[in-house]
Amino acid sequence: MDIRFEQVDFTYQPNTPFEYRALFDINLAIKEGSFTALIGHTGSGKSTLLQHLNALLKPTKGTVSIGERVITPQTDNKNLKPIRKKVGIVFQFPESQLFEETVEKDIAFGPQNFGVSLEEAKQIAKDTLKLVGLDESYLERSPFDLSGGQMRRVAIAGVLAMQPEVLVLDEPTAGLDPQGRKEMMDMFWRLHKERGLTLVLVTHLMDDVADYADYVYALEKGRVVKEGTPSELFQDVDWLYEKQLGVPTATQFALKLQEKGMKFAQLPLTPQALADEIIRQRGEGDE
Amino acid sequence: MMNKLIFGRYIPGNSLIHQMDPRAKLFASFYFIGIIFLANNWQTYLLLAAFTFFAIYLSKINLVFFVRGLKALIGLILFTVFLQVFFTNGGTIYWQWWIFRLTEYGVTNGIFIFCRFVLIIFMSTLLTLTTLPLELSDAIESLLKPLKALKLPVHEFSLMLSIALRYVPTLMDETEKIMNAQRARGVDFSEGNLIQKMKAIIPLLIPLFVSSFTRAIDLAYAMEARGYQGGDGRTKYRKLEWQLLDTITILVFVLLTALLILLRK
Repeated sequence: MDIRFEQVDFTYQPNTPFEYRALFDINLAIKEGSFTALIGHTGSGKSTLLQHLNALLKPTKGTVSIGERVITPQTDNKNLKPIRKKVGIVFQFPESQLFEETVEKDIAFGPQNFGVSLEEAKQIAKDTLKLVGLDESYLERSPFDLSGGQMRRVAIAGVLAMQPEVLVLDEPTAGLDPQGRKEMMDMFWRLHKERGLTLVLVTHLMDDVADYADYVYALEKGRVVKEGTPSELFQDVDWLYEKQLGVPTATQFALKLQEKGMKFAQLPLTPQALADEIIRQRGEGDE
Repeated sequence: MMNKLIFGRYIPGNSLIHQMDPRAKLFASFYFIGIIFLANNWQTYLLLAAFTFFAIYLSKINLVFFVRGLKALIGLILFTVFLQVFFTNGGTIYWQWWIFRLTEYGVTNGIFIFCRFVLIIFMSTLLTLTTLPLELSDAIESLLKPLKALKLPVHEFSLMLSIALRYVPTLMDETEKIMNAQRARGVDFSEGNLIQKMKAIIPLLIPLFVSSFTRAIDLAYAMEARGYQGGDGRTKYRKLEWQLLDTITILVFVLLTALLILLRK
């Protein structure tokens, strides 16, 4: 399922003194099966943009096509549920959305809203919990007795349980320890690879962009200011520093090496690529 | 949802009304509600209306926002006016049916009640539109100070008030956020019958309660960690300053009262 933005504008509270324009002429495409990253400063419009992905917000101008459905400013709020089933959003700090007495009920809540039977929803809950790395013993526990990281997993399981075709992640690893961060990103990567899940990731971590994404949109003050594959984007180092977005750790290291005289045809983005490049150049030197 | 809520919000500005001391504004607003009951004929109502619109003009805020603030209360106003119009006796009877009776006094009373409502709402909206919530809580604390003599916990009360006011926008944001998260999981807040709608509130309310309590605990610890031990011996950082403008306002209100007494029948 493709998602396409065409000349999308969005204004909060139009025609009041609190009017605030958040998006300007956004054009972007999220292709089926892709891993798209959205980067940009806080306040650049990322969160507003991602709420358009499942029609929580409607554009004030332009169109958003989500699969077959076309959302325009005139679209009414009825019959949007099918979209919400197909596009799951994990908001920032999703643990704040937990409310049921048990983990099982909370995970089963989403599927049940979309008409899945109780029995089936329970089975889904069991499976998804395993997927996010918690064992069955957690099913009967209250979500409020869990640690922050475990709550995060349960909340993410609640969204995965809806079995969306597109999964939108708004800084899913914010506030997690390095280990938890890696586990979580690996889990999403597996879902993306094994089940062909389309992923949209909002992040400040350039390493994640370099490691996973196949296309990047950079936002600034409500506009798309740059787009391309990570390897295209991260070549323009000066621009990235100027916009205070930064570059991946491996690229930073490569830049240091460049200062010392090493040459790169293309800046490496990941430690692996950097290592390969160093080995290759050393090899050439030896011969 | 939050878009329609104009009453109780602050519009930044630099008008004369914005610059007034919040104590003067708060006192004046309550005083205005008091003296509005002095009005009992069209001259006095006209005077009060002129005064209110002049105050709105001074605030440099578009009248549209005041009218919008009225919308939320229009049901109550019409209900009261209806009762006044059809259940007041006296004067010429225009129309009569069963227990309903349209009389001369009823109509005038209805109009007066309507004016009274509108003016009170306009004045209190003016207060909240031009005063920062924090200023307002400072003003309340300052005006309540005399009650300390009666052993009332004025400091605790004002602290509660400023914390509560400080967290209104935060809680609004939080509500919006949780609502969105649950909508993304298939909850429909606007569809279905009353019972379904009430049930849909649970996934919103429980997380809100939980986050409020967590936030309260965190805030209490953070306050203690910064040396808070209660009201005794604390100094004030935000000081209110009474200016010439405020004295003038009070004098204008005295003048207004005198005029009202003079004009009333």
